[in-house]
Amino acid sequence: MLRFIANRLLSLVVTVFGISILVFLMIHLTPGDPAEMMLGERASKQALEELRERLGLNKPLYVQYGLFLSRLLRGDLGRALRTNEKITTEIAERFPATVELSIMAMIFAVTIGMTAGIVSATRQYSIFDYTSMFFSLVGVSMPIFWLGLILIIIFSLKLGWLPLSGRISYTVHLETITNFYIIDAILTRNWQALKDVLWHLILPSFTLSTIPMAIIARITRSSMLEVLRQDYIRTAMAKGLTPRIIHYKHALRNALIPIITVIGLQFGILLGGAILTETIFAWPGIGLWLLNAVYARDFNAVQGGTMLIATTFVTINMIVDILYAWINPKIRVS
Amino acid sequence: MESNEQIILKVNNLHTYFFTERGVAKAVNGVSFYVRGGETLAIVGESGCGKSVTALSIMKLVPSPPGKIVDGEIIFDDVDIVKLSEKEMRQIRGNRIGMVFQEPMTALNPVFKIGDQIAEVLLHHRKASKQDVQNKVIELLRKVGIPSPESRINDYPHQMSGGMRQRVIIAMALACNPKLILADEPTTALDVTIQAQILELMKELQENTGTAFILITHDLGVVAEMAERVIVMYAGRIVEASAVKDLFHNPLHPYTVGLMESVPSWSDTSGKKRLKAIPGIVPSLLALPSGCVFHDRCSKVFDRCKLEEPPLLEHDNSRLVRCWLYK
Repeated sequence: MLRFIANRLLSLVVTVFGISILVFLMIHLTPGDPAEMMLGERASKQALEELRERLGLNKPLYVQYGLFLSRLLRGDLGRALRTNEKITTEIAERFPATVELSIMAMIFAVTIGMTAGIVSATRQYSIFDYTSMFFSLVGVSMPIFWLGLILIIIFSLKLGWLPLSGRISYTVHLETITNFYIIDAILTRNWQALKDVLWHLILPSFTLSTIPMAIIARITRSSMLEVLRQDYIRTAMAKGLTPRIIHYKHALRNALIPIITVIGLQFGILLGGAILTETIFAWPGIGLWLLNAVYARDFNAVQGGTMLIATTFVTINMIVDILYAWINPKIRVS
Repeated sequence: MESNEQIILKVNNLHTYFFTERGVAKAVNGVSFYVRGGETLAIVGESGCGKSVTALSIMKLVPSPPGKIVDGEIIFDDVDIVKLSEKEMRQIRGNRIGMVFQEPMTALNPVFKIGDQIAEVLLHHRKASKQDVQNKVIELLRKVGIPSPESRINDYPHQMSGGMRQRVIIAMALACNPKLILADEPTTALDVTIQAQILELMKELQENTGTAFILITHDLGVVAEMAERVIVMYAGRIVEASAVKDLFHNPLHPYTVGLMESVPSWSDTSGKKRLKAIPGIVPSLLALPSGCVFHDRCSKVFDRCKLEEPPLLEHDNSRLVRCWLYK
């Protein structure tokens, strides 16, 4: 098992290295060059030249990549061209917001989605099955921005139960340490802030969870149905075990592989920045930040942001791989 | 051969039907038999004759829907288990009736250690301590002939061969010292040499534990090797029932005769004799023929067979046969 994990880690390093090449080339091989992209078509030759000189764009591509990589290895992503802030600092402020939102959304999606899927499978063709599959169809089909607005209208504007937008109320003070507000609130024992932060998380994370929830519910159902037909389930029944043990121990563990794959993929997608949700709820996350960087043609920020998101994605995939091996002993061998 | 042992299982007029979209499949259609303590009863027949469904009916594990026991009784230890609730039935499964399946490659759960899978039966039915259970599991594995059981309890099914896995499944069925074990084609999926080993093991275990076996098979060689009494099934019906030695010596029903003739013979060394097959195919359970269910494949058919179904007729005091030839 340890060797398996070591193997995965090694391949992770290789993948991230490959990603760095891709990200670098994507930006530098776009028609024109970053200087033209930034200054626009009508910029003077002199201005372009100056910018190229300043950004090191006159050097050969492999030298530029070498510099990019060596800075990357030291954890330096350069400065954002718009704000002249260090990109790592900007990301450290933004990314925790996205992570917090995504984790909360996945907690909703996994608990509700998997429960619905399991119950649907064990009571196939029951009213519950039809109802939950209907809602999961609605879940994948409903546009996020529309759902987000409806939820805001009902729960914030009409009922006034939940806050409209943002991560924390202006009236609440929270000393930030990690920029994960939940963690910061716990660290500083600021329970009033913790409550306020959780309150702010509910609507956006629920909105964000609907699509993954629906997908997880469907895959759980079909995977469970598949497993429940297997011979070893009949063996478990012949042992006199209760349906509860058969479903949740014998069947679920075998059904988990496709479910975990989907959970990993969905989580990766959410961490890449839920631009729509972040826009609707004015959530200061990485998605919105990256989108603005693209608009501003801030290629340093785009490079750094893309690097971060891609690395997060492959890391999650690696964790999923390790989970596979933990769930299914057959995978450990290969 | 009459045993003095008590009858532990009595199946009376069992009907198990499958209600499908295309109609009602009468998989088990009025089957009656009994099993005495410590004996081996074989049920033989072609695929789809209802032998496996009979076994699943005794465990009340017929997939429902579409399957259902529509009539009859199954008296096990003086209780009609057809009437038992699912909860009461769970006390019997794996505890007083064990089951061994056809496919050792898929019958074990791939994600749990085999030791834990055996221990589960004991922990579920006997409230014993973990240490006691572990010792018992090792003892069981030793009993079924698995070498160095202390380390093999930590194996996963994929680390074992088919024969080994079948031994594990047998150990699982034996765990709670059941009175009866249903073995549904336990050797069909195994190599011939392994088959012999598994049959030998089952025989040995039976002598030591006094457990009764219902052995379901299509292999007449296995029947001759293992059983005292045999039931021949065809299209959901019993067509012949007798002691094994009588059946081999003098098969009565034309279907049994056909089955015997379709087995290759060692004594024929000329190589000229062709293997005989029973003409035609097993009828669809959805549309059984009129009269005797075997009449359209029977070499000795006459008019009465097409009109009336024969009852199980007694022959020579100890044998039963469903054929007008013996009226």
